[in-house]
Amino acid sequence: MDLVNSILEQLINGLRTGSIYALIALGYTMVYGIAKMINFAHGDIIMVGAYALYVFVGLLGLHPVIAVLLTIVVCSVLGITIEKVAYKPLRNATPLAVLITAIGVSYLLQNLSLLIFKATPIPFGSIIRVPSVKVGSLNISGITIVTLVVTTVSMIALTLFINKSKAGRAMRAVSEDKGAAELMGVNVNQTISLTFAIGSALAAVAGILFISQYETLLPTMGALPGIKAFVAAVLGGIGSIPGAMLGGIILGIIESLSKAYISTQLADAIVFGILVIVLLVKPSGLLGKLKIEKV
Amino acid sequence: MKNMKRFAAFSVAAVLAVSMMAGCGDDKKDKAEGSEAAGAGEETFLIGGIGPVTGAAASYGTSVKQGAEIAIKEINDAGGVKVGDTTYKFALEFADDEASEDKAVQAYNTVMDKGANAIMGCVTSGACIAIVDQTYQDGILQVTPSGSAEGCIANDNAFRICFSDPEQGKAMADYAIDTMGLKKIAVIYNAADEYSTGLQKAFEEEVKAKGGEIVASEAFNTNDVEFNTQLTTIKGTDAEAIYVPAYYQDATYITKQAKDMGMTLQFLGSDGWDGVLDTVSDASTVEGCVFSSPFCATVDDADVKKFVDAYNEAYKATPDQFAADAYDTVYTFKAAMEEAGSIESADMIEAMTKITVSGMTGDEITFDASGAAVKEVKFVEVKDGAYQYKAE
Repeated sequence: MDLVNSILEQLINGLRTGSIYALIALGYTMVYGIAKMINFAHGDIIMVGAYALYVFVGLLGLHPVIAVLLTIVVCSVLGITIEKVAYKPLRNATPLAVLITAIGVSYLLQNLSLLIFKATPIPFGSIIRVPSVKVGSLNISGITIVTLVVTTVSMIALTLFINKSKAGRAMRAVSEDKGAAELMGVNVNQTISLTFAIGSALAAVAGILFISQYETLLPTMGALPGIKAFVAAVLGGIGSIPGAMLGGIILGIIESLSKAYISTQLADAIVFGILVIVLLVKPSGLLGKLKIEKV
Repeated sequence: MKNMKRFAAFSVAAVLAVSMMAGCGDDKKDKAEGSEAAGAGEETFLIGGIGPVTGAAASYGTSVKQGAEIAIKEINDAGGVKVGDTTYKFALEFADDEASEDKAVQAYNTVMDKGANAIMGCVTSGACIAIVDQTYQDGILQVTPSGSAEGCIANDNAFRICFSDPEQGKAMADYAIDTMGLKKIAVIYNAADEYSTGLQKAFEEEVKAKGGEIVASEAFNTNDVEFNTQLTTIKGTDAEAIYVPAYYQDATYITKQAKDMGMTLQFLGSDGWDGVLDTVSDASTVEGCVFSSPFCATVDDADVKKFVDAYNEAYKATPDQFAADAYDTVYTFKAAMEEAGSIESADMIEAMTKITVSGMTGDEITFDASGAAVKEVKFVEVKDGAYQYKAE
């Protein structure tokens, strides 16, 4: 019973971490699907989201709900701005130039926050105050429940948006064939902006959940979850939305279980080892080749 | 935190070269004779400090320098040190080693050229080890405030103020079992950090030797923020306490996540925990935690308060363990001079094992033949959101 309990708890841990990875991975995968580029600055949007929340709640004392909405707006605007300023001029450049630019933007964001907020970690109490729930002998913390609910809702909303709305259809069309979509009257620039806005908004949500969980602000805090989420996106098949969700959750669970039952130090090696194996067997990732809704 | 071997590369290269060089001594004698109207001569005892004041470990070297300056000012204001007929005033020549091995050698040469009488340093272990053989050849007294690696005091002329990592881990184990009556203890340590693993090994060995049980030993990596997995594993055991030999940032994440999981186990920590109250968002997560620490600035103690106030006034900052170690280093030089009745390094080295120093990091610090400081390990408890020394 103890073992079953412990495995269940580790699974929940993995599910929580994994769902945050999935949320971030969606941003990578959407941008890749539409703009055919890896936006390495995406992880740092999480950091900006966390700091923005801190400024709104911690410094300006706004109501948490307003602060969350403002944070999402700030990140979306930032995402659009980055695209317009840094990536749009390079739309016809070599992929390598775009990649280097993305890394540059990532460093720019990190160092700006270093400049403004300094390197000392800032403690910032969680805005989510939900009591933990006991299910049998399982104890599930409030933040875990909130994280799972918020990520599930976000993913369902995103799937509905892409499949049912007109803008979503435009996104799918651009992803499929940019030239043809433009000929059919789709505003490509607007669609790309929208993609960046949605991706950044999801990163903002991830940032808010992340900071509520760990309660410490650091200028480099987005780097590691950003990379893990990128791995998740590749694992699931970059460009595929269900793939990003699946990849994120699988990654979180593998990480948690290997930490718990194999070795903490080897956990990352196992995660990346699995990525290598998956890519060897299925180079386009778990769901990549299906090309159902490449966005 | 001075014991952190992670910062081996930064080891406090504050080599306070106190040994009086013959040529230099003569110079000063000339000067002193001029003012010898009162009968007793007044000379300068130059401490050669070596440590990083730039680079990644700059805060350690800066703390050492400032802590030493507070002690020097105190001693000089009180009339200096009387050795025979001569009164010595302390002076500090501090050279930057950027916590690097080759810079430490240069820095050592610099302070020796200035005529250092004894060496305070280095601040970081790696730099310290880089100069120990040279100080031994030169026969100069070397006291490192914070180099916790074994190699720092390998030679007979070298002494250390801080605890070595194993000593501290062992002391925590003794305290946990003998004083707190704990039996089953889990450990979460940073497997990628020498400081953390040094403490963890010594702690686990001592707990087992004392008949206790290590029910779980969980590792993490530097910069990890996610500890739920390790905590869940520990939750599944019958552990009574969790020992976390790590830095305050790690402790912040671990205690917070434990609280979220509804765990109420006793937390034990190492001196790396000093400062944890500044990084937790809610002080209740660390309430009741006990950690070993040679120095704690916010503790309620008259002597500590005097030091902290003086430091605060001079540098607008709160002294850390590095500053306290350096403060004690200067008082160690004073005690050695008085005991030896001489400022010759050979005599002072001879005297080192006979002296007792009352300082910030211990009330009765003595030195054994190996060069290690023998002092009581202090334990700090977080109580009502403040640090408090725990009575033995």
